[in-house]
Amino acid sequence: MDRFLDVVAVLSGALIVVVLGSLRREHIRVEYSVSWLAAGVTMLVLSQSDTLLGAVAAFVGVAEPALALLFTGFSVFLLVFYRFSMIISTLRDANIALTQRVAILEYQVESLHEERETSQPG
Amino acid sequence: MIRPRGPDSLLILIPAFNEQAAVGFVVEEIHRAAPGVPVLVVDDCSWDATRDVARAAGAEVLPLPYHLGLGGCVQAGYKFAYEMGFDYVIRVDGDGQHDPRDIPRIFETLKSSGCEMVIGSRFVDGGADYTSLPRRLGIKFFRLVLRPILGQPVYDPTSGFVGVNRAALAVFSRSFPLEYPEIETLVVLQRRAFRFREVPCRFRPRKAGRSSITALKSFYYMVHVLLGVFVNILRYEGGRPRR
Repeated sequence: MDRFLDVVAVLSGALIVVVLGSLRREHIRVEYSVSWLAAGVTMLVLSQSDTLLGAVAAFVGVAEPALALLFTGFSVFLLVFYRFSMIISTLRDANIALTQRVAILEYQVESLHEERETSQPG
Repeated sequence: MIRPRGPDSLLILIPAFNEQAAVGFVVEEIHRAAPGVPVLVVDDCSWDATRDVARAAGAEVLPLPYHLGLGGCVQAGYKFAYEMGFDYVIRVDGDGQHDPRDIPRIFETLKSSGCEMVIGSRFVDGGADYTSLPRRLGIKFFRLVLRPILGQPVYDPTSGFVGVNRAALAVFSRSFPLEYPEIETLVVLQRRAFRFREVPCRFRPRKAGRSSITALKSFYYMVHVLLGVFVNILRYEGGRPRR
């Protein structure tokens, strides 16, 4: 049990370090790192606090704190994935709209160039 | 640049992705069947010579800088047509399956019926049918699903040979299903109390290439389309169906 909690703490710490490192190298933007950092901190705190983990276990109605930690981890990461699904959907819509707009504008600009060239004598 | 000519202006829209083997033939056939009607090929970032072949055949080409898939490609054409002021658009596939000689019939029905969408159907009046057995079963399944939703039968819900008027263009240029758009489009129309009609059309074997819906994708197709249909049914704005 203790070993399991320590493993979760190490993995949570690693997640936080990786996210902070990615932020420093500008691989991810701050607004998209918040969910991962919150998830990492939540798991880290829960794995190291018997009181909090016991309260969560009592709340969800399980006798085994490790099970409560797994349940919490699953719920937190499900929320993170859902949030990113929403963000990806929004970005995809924006990407499609921009691609279509660029195509239409490019077509219009090229057509106007061609029309101007053919209308100019010589 | 393509511009509407006079009242009841029509644009023929061909969404194309790697259709170099067929698109030139399709454009030439359209010019013979509907002389003087502008043809726009929306090239979905093909890596073959689709756009050059289409231009050589006399079409205007709207090249997308990024591959969007069928829905995004068709919507780009609808947006263009709406912004340029066209009254009607008829979509023809770039693989040669649709017979352009049916374009005048779809256009006349669009103008005379007042329907927002006219579908060229393989199955009305026993038109020729080159669909595979799994696809035919799928079409029958969606007929059953769509019948109570639409309040009227639809015989060929997966047909891409469709004409739309300006009211439908206004809607589709804002919102259009991205993948497998044909069936979801019908539900989108129904939610806005728009009407559609089917007219018999000739379908032929594709001139080149293969259907994008393979046997392996069929299951995904069914789930995706069903989900899209029910999402569109549930989609409300302010407690009323969207207009």
